[in-house]
Amino acid sequence: MLEIKNLHANIEGKEILKGINLKINKGEVHAIMGPNGSGKSTLAQVLAGREEYEVTEGEVLYQGQNLLEMKPEDRARAGIFLAFQYPVEIPGVSNTNLLKTALNEIRKYRGEEELDAMEFLSLIKKRMQLVELDKTLLSRSVNEGFSGGEKKRNEIFQMAVLEPKLAILDETDSGLDIDALRIVANGVNKLKNSESSTIVVTHYQRLLNYIIPDFVHVLYKGKIIKSGGKELALELEDKGYDWVKDHIDEVVEQG
Amino acid sequence: MDKILDLKNWYIQKFEHLERNLNGDSNTIHSLRRDAISYFSDLKFPSLKDEDWKYTNIDPLLKYNFKPVDPKKKIAPIQPEKIQKFLFDKMEHSLLVFINGHYSEELSNIQDLPKDVIVSNIASAISNHSSIVKKHFGQYADYKNHIFTALSTAFIKDGVFVYIPDGKIIEHPIHVLFLSDCKEEKLLIQPRNLFVAGKNSQATIIEHYTSFEDCTYFTNTVTEVVADENAIVDHIKLQEESKNAFHIARMEVDQERNSNFTSHLISTGGDISRNDFNTRFNNEGGECILNGLFLTTGTQLFDIHSMIDHAKPHCNSHEHYKGILDDKSRGVFNGKVMVRKDAQKTNAFQENNNIILSDSALINTKPQLEIFADDVKCSHGATIGQLDSEAMFYLKSRGIGEETARTILIRAFASDVIKSIKINEVRNYLEEILNKRFNS
Repeated sequence: MLEIKNLHANIEGKEILKGINLKINKGEVHAIMGPNGSGKSTLAQVLAGREEYEVTEGEVLYQGQNLLEMKPEDRARAGIFLAFQYPVEIPGVSNTNLLKTALNEIRKYRGEEELDAMEFLSLIKKRMQLVELDKTLLSRSVNEGFSGGEKKRNEIFQMAVLEPKLAILDETDSGLDIDALRIVANGVNKLKNSESSTIVVTHYQRLLNYIIPDFVHVLYKGKIIKSGGKELALELEDKGYDWVKDHIDEVVEQG
Repeated sequence: MDKILDLKNWYIQKFEHLERNLNGDSNTIHSLRRDAISYFSDLKFPSLKDEDWKYTNIDPLLKYNFKPVDPKKKIAPIQPEKIQKFLFDKMEHSLLVFINGHYSEELSNIQDLPKDVIVSNIASAISNHSSIVKKHFGQYADYKNHIFTALSTAFIKDGVFVYIPDGKIIEHPIHVLFLSDCKEEKLLIQPRNLFVAGKNSQATIIEHYTSFEDCTYFTNTVTEVVADENAIVDHIKLQEESKNAFHIARMEVDQERNSNFTSHLISTGGDISRNDFNTRFNNEGGECILNGLFLTTGTQLFDIHSMIDHAKPHCNSHEHYKGILDDKSRGVFNGKVMVRKDAQKTNAFQENNNIILSDSALINTKPQLEIFADDVKCSHGATIGQLDSEAMFYLKSRGIGEETARTILIRAFASDVIKSIKINEVRNYLEEILNKRFNS
């Protein structure tokens, strides 16, 4: 599905990613954990095609294609979805309008027929239930005046409508109370299937109680310093990030 | 300078010509014309040295000797199909059509109206309802200090007259279409409108300027509006003139106690368009809403100078103008709100937001509040920016392409002004304009 090889990325001349290597197969869930400022969100944004980041080295293959050469919209059309850490408010654009335009552009790209108004409505009705989203939010401007929890649920709702092959959840859990967390996790779990993969970027282990990862990677100072199974998350929770930090800093010193 | 002097003499000669051809068709309006031409000959055309014209260079307009339309000249008949695209078909309404300033009875269609309500061209009203016309005509748009108003007043010929007596309501909108059909000479077209809404009356008027082709002409228009006690007047102006035309417009609104005036100015046309827009609260409890949206491309220049005069207490005004500027076009927003000493408990809010789509477009914005009362709520503000790059990326990350994302954001920016227009048909018409403009 996705193969990242020696990925380096800068923003405003500052190197954030310093050689990421990661391979994700179909149907897998990978958690990327790490302390603040380690480059987790940068990785998510680079994969989605944020222009502000400059990739200086390395390559990313997505379904055999060179992902870094694709425009952000083409990445989305090819099945990549980023649930934003901070969803953007867009006054004057209704949630429905955004989704309808997005869905039809994606369908067009894939050579599928556009959905008519009725089909679209019935689809979003079903998907809304998945994340228990209030239907009044549909006609409102995208994320405008939404609570933090509503914004995060709205991201997962969009994901449910667009049905990505590779979903990247960027700190979707932060700021959520436990009920909202369960709803969001439940939505993600229901959308998972053997054909799709998920990257869960998080600072806390909590979310991983609900979305069970196949692999856990620890990102620190722009590099993946440790990878393991789901038990690694628990170990991290238990011992704290200092445990891996000490480990890596030791390694660096010795080197 | 000599050239400008020649130009003034040109218009004065044209006036003399008009006067000779009146053939005794003189009336009270004519003494107004004569007074106005004498002021015209004394006044100067504005230049960049005038504070009110600092950013609007009208030299291109002064290059031409525009020919005032000949009132005697018959206009070639126009097939109704030709004007179809400018109409709001699905809406019940009265329609008045003017071709190059001449009233076209054939193309117009005035609905049955309540008793004593007058909707007509002003030339007929001057003959048929002279006492009502005389009472208001030229009383609000001062021509003594304003050269373009003097020019308009000197050549008064036609335009629209709407009179709603006390307590009457005109249920359906009145659509006034000023069409320019300018194959031949460079014309000076000067519609002159007067809308008088009596106590407790109500009307909706759409003033619509457009042309068949992208030719050069000069529209110099003056509209006077009187909203008497508790009257409700909803005014929409659509300025879609030819991209080579000049559009100088003045609107004067006189508001009495508890009256409610709403205005939408939507401007897309004209090489240079200048709007002087003044409203006055003469008594308490009035409310006025001035909303505007202007789109400029190429080398177009749009200029709005508004003045809301809070002369009395307990009045509310809301002004919100939005500009979308592309290419090398320019915009000027100069909005003044005057809160006089007696005008306690005034609420006055003013805002101007602009989006610049290119590197060389430019907007000069100057919201101004002058407050002499001490118990008021007032605010003003202006923003100038590009399309939000975060929002752009968000849309793209959902699979929406660059062009579509741009269109979505531009339309979102314009949407609150358009949504505040009450007439569905007009909103659809504007959506269509935005569609054409931004869905290349």
